[in-house]
Amino acid sequence: MSRVAFAWRQFTLMGAAGDGRATPAAFPLYSGNERLGQPKSGLKGVAGSPLAAPSALCSGPHAQGPGGASPGASGGRPVATGPGRSYRTGDPPGPGFVSSLGAANDTNSARPQASGTTAAEPLVYMRGIVKRFPGVTAVDGVDLALYPGEVHALLGENGAGKTTLMNVLYGLNQPDAGTVELAGATVSLRSPRAALANGIGFVAQHPLLVRRHSVLENVALAVPGGFLRPMAGLAARLNELAERYGLAVNPQAFVWQLSAGERQRVEILKALLRGARVLILDEPTSVLTPKEATELFRALTRLCERGHAVVLITHKLDEVMAAAQRITVLRAGRVAASVMAGDTDAASLARFMVGRGLEAPERRECARGETLLRLEGLNLPGHGDEPALRNVSLAVRGGEILGVAGVAGNGQQELVEVATGMLRPASGVVQVGEVNLSGARPSAFWAAGVAHVPEDRFRTGLVGNLSIAENLALRDFDRAPLARGGLVDRKALFERARRLMEEFDIRAPGPQVKARSLSGGNAQKLILARELSANPRVIVAAHPTYGLDAGATDAVQRILLERRAAGAAVLLVSEDLDEILKLSDRVAVLHEGQVMGVLDAADATPERLGLLMAGRREAAVAEA
Amino acid sequence: MGLRGRLVFEPRPEPPAGYVLLLSILAIIAALLAAAVVFAVYGQNPWVAYGTIISGTLGDPIGLLSVLQRAVPIALISVGLVLAIRARFFNIGAEGQMLMGAVGAAGVALFIPLPAPFMLPAALLAGVLAGAAWGLLPALLKLRWQVNEVITTLMLNYVALYGVNYLIHGPWKGDMAVGYAYSNLFPTSAWQALMARSNVGLVTLALAVGLAALVAFILAKTAFGFRLRVLGENPQAARYAGVNALSTTLLVALLSAGAAGLAGAGEVTAIHHRLLDPNEISLGYGYTAIIAAWLARGNPLTALVTSVFLGVIFAGGDVMKVALQLPFHMTGVISGLILLFLISSEPLLRVVPRWVRAPEPAALQPTGGD
Repeated sequence: MSRVAFAWRQFTLMGAAGDGRATPAAFPLYSGNERLGQPKSGLKGVAGSPLAAPSALCSGPHAQGPGGASPGASGGRPVATGPGRSYRTGDPPGPGFVSSLGAANDTNSARPQASGTTAAEPLVYMRGIVKRFPGVTAVDGVDLALYPGEVHALLGENGAGKTTLMNVLYGLNQPDAGTVELAGATVSLRSPRAALANGIGFVAQHPLLVRRHSVLENVALAVPGGFLRPMAGLAARLNELAERYGLAVNPQAFVWQLSAGERQRVEILKALLRGARVLILDEPTSVLTPKEATELFRALTRLCERGHAVVLITHKLDEVMAAAQRITVLRAGRVAASVMAGDTDAASLARFMVGRGLEAPERRECARGETLLRLEGLNLPGHGDEPALRNVSLAVRGGEILGVAGVAGNGQQELVEVATGMLRPASGVVQVGEVNLSGARPSAFWAAGVAHVPEDRFRTGLVGNLSIAENLALRDFDRAPLARGGLVDRKALFERARRLMEEFDIRAPGPQVKARSLSGGNAQKLILARELSANPRVIVAAHPTYGLDAGATDAVQRILLERRAAGAAVLLVSEDLDEILKLSDRVAVLHEGQVMGVLDAADATPERLGLLMAGRREAAVAEA
Repeated sequence: MGLRGRLVFEPRPEPPAGYVLLLSILAIIAALLAAAVVFAVYGQNPWVAYGTIISGTLGDPIGLLSVLQRAVPIALISVGLVLAIRARFFNIGAEGQMLMGAVGAAGVALFIPLPAPFMLPAALLAGVLAGAAWGLLPALLKLRWQVNEVITTLMLNYVALYGVNYLIHGPWKGDMAVGYAYSNLFPTSAWQALMARSNVGLVTLALAVGLAALVAFILAKTAFGFRLRVLGENPQAARYAGVNALSTTLLVALLSAGAAGLAGAGEVTAIHHRLLDPNEISLGYGYTAIIAAWLARGNPLTALVTSVFLGVIFAGGDVMKVALQLPFHMTGVISGLILLFLISSEPLLRVVPRWVRAPEPAALQPTGGD
């Protein structure tokens, strides 16, 4: 087990033993290279059967201690939740929950998994779920039980069926076979409305809020209130919930003013106000700073203490080890393993996810060449009053990967677009080799040897309705050898496409297939094939492994390291600190459009990067 | 039992071609059923009416030629619109561009004395240029200031309509025109040869077929066509790939407007031989061609077929007027309903309809909760 995961477990035990107010120092969530530590023990995974030994299951480490978890035995009544304190459950559970929550209550004195004695009734029991789409069985006979007081991580590569399974639970997809039981009663969840009525809430990866409305107005939209004064009393309920779960947010603030973490809190509060007992979070930390992620997990812990069940959809192993009690790994639509977090480690989980072990690609020392990409004093106005880039100067040498870390929306996207010619800076110089490209078009950047792996594959990097062959030719369809005299040579186009598909392992029935049918990993390989086949001097890669499964991530990272070894200069923008730390020779941190600092890989600890990402340069220096 | 359940629609990325065709035909049938209600309101038996229309158009040599006469301008315009739609330039102004094309042709034919062999080509070319000029302004407004081209092209239709009216009532008014307003007759050197016993201009017919083939070639084989498709499918990716959106969109707008202008020039040189009331020059071909282009789903050769289909509806209007004493504007009702049903059926293309059996009633009972 990694150091961090261990620390986290210590914390959760500590917090749960008291009255939930224990506030330990912030635990860094990211453990860097430690994430694939030594396997601790064999995994007791049993395919297809999360409930192989139901009697050994318990309600998790949080649901213990005096009154540690007293979920609403009935809606709206005061319920003791801790010594000398009482809360009213503002979020009445669905009708089916009452009895099972009562049952769960009785078992709350059970010790954590180590000594698990009594089985809790699951809040939700999905049995034998099968969901087919044309040509593919997305979920193939999956059993899943969600217990009150537990964070249940749903782990798997892209396409493993995580999202489909949860869409079934949230009423977005109807299963072809199998049943969903809530508190022992089979229910038919035909729509999200039905799911919400049954106490199941969903927090999307990207919050679905009205940006120009206030937090309160957004919540009022979701929570039925009076016709004339829909927001009457809502602020008080919102604040009460926010305080109870540590999800502080200003109800009067406008959504556009909020950080990604705050928006997520609003979504969680919305679900809770609508009576969600089961909360599904889809990749919740993808938009958060490490600190925000830690806060989120703390809030989840509190939710569990009060008998909620939380599903964490993710493919980040650290997160799973840090936050979950129970882990179900899906692979190709089936349960590959279902285990308690204490019985496993990141490396075993990774093996279950991909079906084989993965060795982290190694970054070997290599000679650094001349500066190939030079950005000097870049300024760019932003959408609001704040500039998007402020006097940004960076240089990347050949044989070097410069990582750019930062919380989303601090100028990374603009930096990438300026460095590839898609945006023209208000002032400043962009130089590639000896060529000054300030103000040039993207095609001039390409001609100068700049490859661009864009952030949004399907929106920017590909044309979904065109074939793979055409997408591979997006950069050079109008010149030799693909075109002559304004006419495109389709034969040459397809021949090259076949060659690149083989070379870059793009898996598809053929080059004539439309790009939009590709999986995320294959789409990214297509983009890499196109961008790298011209042997660029400079590679600007934005979130190159975002949303990719472990196998594809590994392939993409290896390709970037190969290019580095071959002497290319790589500017790597990523929100995945692990990735930045693993690949970069130096790390620059952007905060509010400014470079807060550039650290050598050796000095770039997650803690220091975290401080820089939060804009605290002095603290980061002090840390050194 | 057995029939309990409900219809669900599941998303799918790519509809098969046969399904697209089937759905289009079903939409057209639904539109004709809806139009049947209008026939019934007029006191006509809709089935008799449809039978009369079909036998009066497709079932009759003269009727077939009149179908072709309507199909030619629609085909010219819709092929240009297919190109525009592929590049996501929504040109609703073909009607106005067509009228300006007629004006351009009339201007050359009436006022520029040219040797006979050059007269017709010059008139047609003037029509193309005049139509393209009418499309230039919306294109520039869109490219420079992101002004919505749907609004600008649509509004310019009315400007063109009243412009033609001004010309035939004012400066270009014919010497013999009393009562109805029209210009002088063109010299015969500007007249198109016609297909025997019909009003089908041979030059414009050939140009329509040639243009469809040319546009198909452009889309499939040329770098310009590639650029245009990338731009139309994904403007963001086009920016990324270094496609010059300005020049590409401008060229597409000019081509599609020019094709509409050619249609207008063709009508006056083939049929009317003078500039006359805008409602006589075009029976709404510029709008109808939008339907033909939409039906063709981005394929210029298919647009030839769909143009003939809409030609049947137009020729059917004449049949309705003569045989059934119905207003000619029934054609507008029918083609409007077809477009409405076609567009409404679009969402069905992206889903698979499937019948799901409800779970057995017994399973709905709670099975105990503690």
